[in-house]
Amino acid sequence: MSNITIRDLKEDIRTGLKTKELVLSMGPQHPSTHGVLRLVLELDGETVVKCTPYVGYLHRGTEKLCEHRTYLNALPLSDRLDYIVSMANNVGYVLAVERLFGIEAPARAKYIRTIVSEMARLSGHIIWIATHALDIGAMTVFLYSFREREWLLDLFEHLCGARLTTSYPRIGGVRNDVTEEFLDSLYQFTEEFPARIEEYETLIDQNRIWLQRTKGIGIISAEEAINWGLTGPVLRGSGVPYDVRKFAPYDAYPWVDFEVPVGKNGDVYDRYKVRMQEMRQSNRIIKQCIERMPKGPIMAPDAPKFTLPPKEKIMSEMESLIHQFVLITKGPIAAPEGEIYSAIEAPKGELGFYIVSDGTGKPYRLRLRSPSFVHASVLPRLCEGHLVADVIANIGTIDIVLGECDR
Amino acid sequence: MEPIQIAERLKERFPEDVREIKEFRDQVSVVVKREHILDLLRFLKEEPDIQMDLLKDITAVDWLGKKVPRFEVVYHLYSIKFKHLLRLKAEVPEEDPAIDSVMPIYIGANWHERECYDMFGIQFRGHPDLRRILLPEDWEGYPLRKDYPLEGYKGEKDWSGFREVLQIAKRNKKFDWYGAQG
Repeated sequence: MSNITIRDLKEDIRTGLKTKELVLSMGPQHPSTHGVLRLVLELDGETVVKCTPYVGYLHRGTEKLCEHRTYLNALPLSDRLDYIVSMANNVGYVLAVERLFGIEAPARAKYIRTIVSEMARLSGHIIWIATHALDIGAMTVFLYSFREREWLLDLFEHLCGARLTTSYPRIGGVRNDVTEEFLDSLYQFTEEFPARIEEYETLIDQNRIWLQRTKGIGIISAEEAINWGLTGPVLRGSGVPYDVRKFAPYDAYPWVDFEVPVGKNGDVYDRYKVRMQEMRQSNRIIKQCIERMPKGPIMAPDAPKFTLPPKEKIMSEMESLIHQFVLITKGPIAAPEGEIYSAIEAPKGELGFYIVSDGTGKPYRLRLRSPSFVHASVLPRLCEGHLVADVIANIGTIDIVLGECDR
Repeated sequence: MEPIQIAERLKERFPEDVREIKEFRDQVSVVVKREHILDLLRFLKEEPDIQMDLLKDITAVDWLGKKVPRFEVVYHLYSIKFKHLLRLKAEVPEEDPAIDSVMPIYIGANWHERECYDMFGIQFRGHPDLRRILLPEDWEGYPLRKDYPLEGYKGEKDWSGFREVLQIAKRNKKFDWYGAQG
């Protein structure tokens, strides 16, 4: 991008050195942009004067695609939003559709969904600490943290057969019940995981380089963070205890105890602290859910026009066969007319679904309010005036995934 | 205060602008005229017992052939202090798809408005940097409009970058790999 040639430099040396603003294009294929984010940086020496993010390299038109698919068929598209934590997106989508239809999942399904979305949060935060630390220069954490993520992904595989593109929850419940081995292994995980978090923290918490690279970098005050529309750990790092799980509880969150950790200064270090505490809370939630999970059905039994019937019923009952046929071919045609906004606390922040229904089996309009998109927009505010090296820290701290940002 | 009461207060304060109040599944949407959208939002943000300080989302809905005016720009507002959600829908006609930018009140509206322009072609007056955001600069058409085909425009109207890729592919197909080696 820069227009400086050797001849220019020679000329500069002959006539005396001058300073020039350098335009640097960072990305879209840069390892520390966590995907295909492109930043055009205007530099004065090593200081960023202007930062312009370019997104859209991963745009797949999810919203348009959803308009042409039935409510059931649109579920796998939500896997591809934030592909690191697809389980949380699935839960968010089915909750939104359930809210539109006015149906509710049974208690056991709610507990299972809470467990899987917290597992997704853990795996998302583990990836975040691994890559964030790697970007800043602490490589060891990466190797340790993937050990735990592997465990979680194996559990996902055990549960639904897929490690990343899970598509496990269903409208009105979940696809299949959890097994005893799954719960045992997960319980063992929750027993061991707090010690593992401490392991990560001993690696970086007292590290002087880590502290210097994170403290006082990318500060954003509470009012400003709200005005920018930030949510999730980024907002909580600035001291605002806004968490959808507490403010508009869904699934089994009203029935479990957990705290919402907040930061104070709103810098990179505080957001790191918030996420580390969040992992401990997620661990607590999973443990409580396993202990309290009731027995019972996993699909809403009283909504045959919206939920897929079990296979045995399709094979033996005429009614169920008809419902299944209509649901698969035309979608839930009994969907009411109206519009809803439903949000969940995804690991990155508030993931919202705004669905407009016109009473057919397909959504008339489906809007995805993705946290990464909003968080990427705040990058210029965080980076300008700081050094180039801090750009990396800032990209890491807002924790964006471009699949979700570009949709 | 319940969301429906906020909507009533909004109607009291701006009787000219509020056209309709709807409630569905405990969520309230207020249909408003587009002219004074800035005043409406400023009122909702600054009134001490409403304080809608978090703008969650801006998007649009295309009601082609179903409603007149054709577009609705949808604002989702939330108050962190009082925990209430309100949906504001501003009507935008097809002939002049434009509305005031709300960036002076919520700075986070920046990218939402750009995306809305990108996908629906709605102009946001007063926006400092209204460019396409997810699609390339030279893209033709607005994909989320209902009259835009799902697979895009084919042939000549396809995006220039994609045509280029096709041409390169064609050229490479003809390339004589074995001849080049020998």
